[in-house]
Amino acid sequence: MHALDEDLLRRLTPAVLRVLVRRGADFAAAEDAVQDALIEAIRDWPDAPPRDAKGWLITVAWRKFLDGARSETARRHREDRIDAEPSPGPIAERDDTLWLFFLCAHPSLTPSSAVALTLRAVGGLTTRQIAEAYLVPEATMVQRISRAKRTVAGVRLDEPGSLGTVARTLYLIFNEGYSGEVDLVAEAIRLARLLAGAVDDPEVSGLLALMLLHHARRASRTAADGRLVPLAEQDRSLWDTSLIAEGVAILQAALVRDRLGEFQAQAAIAALHADARSTAETDWVQILQWYDELAALTENPVVLLNRAVAVGEADGPRAGLAALFELDDSLPRYAAVAAHLHEADGDRATAAQLYAEAARKASSLAERDHLTRQAARLNSEASPGRASPSGANGSG
Amino acid sequence: MAKYLLLKHYRGAPASVNDVPMDQWTEDEISAHMQHMDAFATRLESTGEFVDSQALSPEGTWVRYDGEGRPPVTDGPFAETKDLIAGWMIIDVDTYERALELAGELSGGPGAGGKPVGEWLELRPLFVPPTTMTEVGEIVGQEQR
Repeated sequence: MHALDEDLLRRLTPAVLRVLVRRGADFAAAEDAVQDALIEAIRDWPDAPPRDAKGWLITVAWRKFLDGARSETARRHREDRIDAEPSPGPIAERDDTLWLFFLCAHPSLTPSSAVALTLRAVGGLTTRQIAEAYLVPEATMVQRISRAKRTVAGVRLDEPGSLGTVARTLYLIFNEGYSGEVDLVAEAIRLARLLAGAVDDPEVSGLLALMLLHHARRASRTAADGRLVPLAEQDRSLWDTSLIAEGVAILQAALVRDRLGEFQAQAAIAALHADARSTAETDWVQILQWYDELAALTENPVVLLNRAVAVGEADGPRAGLAALFELDDSLPRYAAVAAHLHEADGDRATAAQLYAEAARKASSLAERDHLTRQAARLNSEASPGRASPSGANGSG
Repeated sequence: MAKYLLLKHYRGAPASVNDVPMDQWTEDEISAHMQHMDAFATRLESTGEFVDSQALSPEGTWVRYDGEGRPPVTDGPFAETKDLIAGWMIIDVDTYERALELAGELSGGPGAGGKPVGEWLELRPLFVPPTTMTEVGEIVGQEQR
């Protein structure tokens, strides 16, 4: 029951916040008041659930806001402003949500501030939950959020905000994985659904589809002991077929609109992988075509690195290596891709060296361990006396 | 949004620009340096970039396993060690450039004669938490951000 209540609370957060702002509260004070109301709700609702949850939250948050007004002067000034405000008419809730998304991902904010503010004001997470998820002290996150609120305090948002910034902010949240009690992947998907419901834009649909298609394979990507499982070795029966079907349907509806963007192209690649019953049945030729589309849409050199892997699968490892050699070898994960292609080409000694080099440059523990195992597997094959043949990695 | 460790050394780092041992500074110079360090940490907390900070005693002991059922071997204080860490600070910043900027600022704290110490700090990225992967990342077994 408790979890259900929190879910409802978080869904209602954007609308309640917008009502307070429309009544004349400034954003920072309104946001604080809504947080206080949420905390009160979490405490009181299990014993005394309200009939009208949203009405209850608006009433309590508004009272909190008024309590927060310190001096009579400040209050009078605010009340003057409230009198001048038009009464809140029947404005659609989707507009509230969109307004809040734009404000929380305003271009004047740094990416980490935009992420924190979005999770709190749109997502309804508490500061403690956000701090836990990002592994920083709560005091630091308090400051990060209050700075962000000060930064956007004067923003009028008369003109539409940048949907691209909002989408990138959600993608950052999605990529952060999860730690602490909040699953940021699930939260990012929830927020992307909210955004897709508030705005009619093929790239937002592409982003949602991309998230669903990635998320569908989550259970197969790591073993019980935390090890990474490469795509070719993943147990495809663990893939969530209903999420894949939903992602594909959303993507197809977006592609028909003929306004291609990066997220749609990435989702198309993810869909082709999700659609294959085995690695061997993967349509690499079409995947390569999508990488060419993606490369035309973005300057990001990492796309070309991924493309080299696709070339390796579609046209053979030699062609993949040729594509790779055209790129800057200082790119992150260049060595890992080179190792993979050299191994596919049969040059196991070079591959082992490159896997070891890639492991030294890895940015996460899981990745480093995986690459070290790859190097160890090839090295122990080369000198079977050294390591046990039933060695750590069974992928050989 | 990446975390970095700033390592400060008692010994083992290349010589500072203003290379005067702290016991030869004036008391005011020491106070000014300490204030700089405190103000730096406080300011990072207010920008939402502070994660952790600890100072370490120069005293310590080398310890190793000495076989089943035996007490660990100790080799006394590591007075002869080349590299002696004085403390650390962990920051959480948006870019590598910002991490460099902050490390430079910390290194430039006031020292003897009121001039910046210009000590060498080690700047090391922390491993990131598990992340979502893309397909090609999954093929070569790497996580991608």
